[in-house]
Amino acid sequence: MAYYNNYVMVVIFIALGILLPIAALTLGRYLRPNRPTAMKMTTYESGNEPVGAGQVRFNIRYYLFALMFVIFDVETVFLYPWAVAYNHLGLFALIEMLIFVAMLLVGLMYAWKKKVLKWNSR
Amino acid sequence: MTELLQQALTWQNGLIFLGWAIVFLFIVLGFVTYAIYFERKVIGWMQFRHGPTRVGPLGLLQSVADVLKLLIKEDTIPQKADRTLFILAPIITFVPAFAVLAVIPYTPSLYFADLNVGLLYYAALSSLSTIGIILGGWASNNKYSLMGGMRSAAQMISYEIPLVISVVGVVMLSGGLSLNTIVEGQGNNFWEWNLLPQMIGFVVFMIAAVSELNRTPFDLPEAESELVAGYHVEYSGFRFAFFMLAEYVYVFAIASLTTVLFLGGWHPPLAILDFIPGLLWFMLKFVFVVFFLFWLRATMPRIRVDQLMSFGWKVLLPLALINIFVTAAYIELFLK
Repeated sequence: MAYYNNYVMVVIFIALGILLPIAALTLGRYLRPNRPTAMKMTTYESGNEPVGAGQVRFNIRYYLFALMFVIFDVETVFLYPWAVAYNHLGLFALIEMLIFVAMLLVGLMYAWKKKVLKWNSR
Repeated sequence: MTELLQQALTWQNGLIFLGWAIVFLFIVLGFVTYAIYFERKVIGWMQFRHGPTRVGPLGLLQSVADVLKLLIKEDTIPQKADRTLFILAPIITFVPAFAVLAVIPYTPSLYFADLNVGLLYYAALSSLSTIGIILGGWASNNKYSLMGGMRSAAQMISYEIPLVISVVGVVMLSGGLSLNTIVEGQGNNFWEWNLLPQMIGFVVFMIAAVSELNRTPFDLPEAESELVAGYHVEYSGFRFAFFMLAEYVYVFAIASLTTVLFLGGWHPPLAILDFIPGLLWFMLKFVFVVFFLFWLRATMPRIRVDQLMSFGWKVLLPLALINIFVTAAYIELFLK
């Protein structure tokens, strides 16, 4: 039962984290001036008139990285419980994990060879 | 703290918890204020300048003045911005930054929460801040901030993986994810810390951690010389302050986490030095890591954006994976 106290503490920390910005910004509302003009409200673009839409589409080049992230993040999900229980598992689990990681490394090598990891994937 | 956490939860105990958490919040805010001062001083000295000297004796009140200035500064929200998300973004960035500090143990008796999934909790929450950064970049409706936000996302997903995998070795050595267990598993001499057996893991962890902090040489999401200020271009006043605050609270968090995972937490470097209180040792190591982060900022140029991704995937990730099996071999050969 007492273990839940730790989570009470976590909840208190999260609540304080939410409360501080709210309190500070509310306090700030009474301290700061507020004289908006149309010019102030324009989007910043190094002093020029903003050209076109702000939320432009551009080639972010990170799409394939996102796919690889998903694969390796799942790997970490397997690694963590394995690492915690490592001392009880013995050699068999070590070799199994070696095979698992080797298989993922083959995937990484493939991506490497396909120039996914390069900025210009030509 | 230990006894209080083991008692049944009453209103009185709950209020004591709240009180300590508030005290800790102010300690962290004090740390942030003086970390900024210290950073400016250190970088100043490294560049043969004085750093702040005018406000207060030795410039000690400089950051306080800066915070006050930000508080009474007009808050502008661009006409085209997505108002709700724009307001939410700094809060989303800040909340996880403070919440991760709950699990860090400072001494055997001074800690806030001893979760048995402490390390996982840290890794999971710290990656949430990036969502705030992306939202801020998107909601500003500004090209610079959009690019900064996207870069931040790419950087986060590329360096999260080496960061998380590099600590697997530490978990294997201690056999638990609770940060208290990890510190207790390390000894009273510096060769019993995780630093030397986990040298590869430590180096990968430090590099990935600096990248997760978005600090130089990995400060591409901000990159003032190309993206002006990246994701917080449109932010002013206290909303901007919360982005900065989150960044420095993460400095606190990463410096504590490094101390806990690799530098032996409250343990002294030599067993004879045991008479010095553990909190002092923790603070010494902590300050050293913080100094190291500032030192990097004065020393390193920014990495190029096209090299950033390949460095994470081609160098850090294989190194982190090798580290796991080196650790496994080390345990099989020497500790069994």
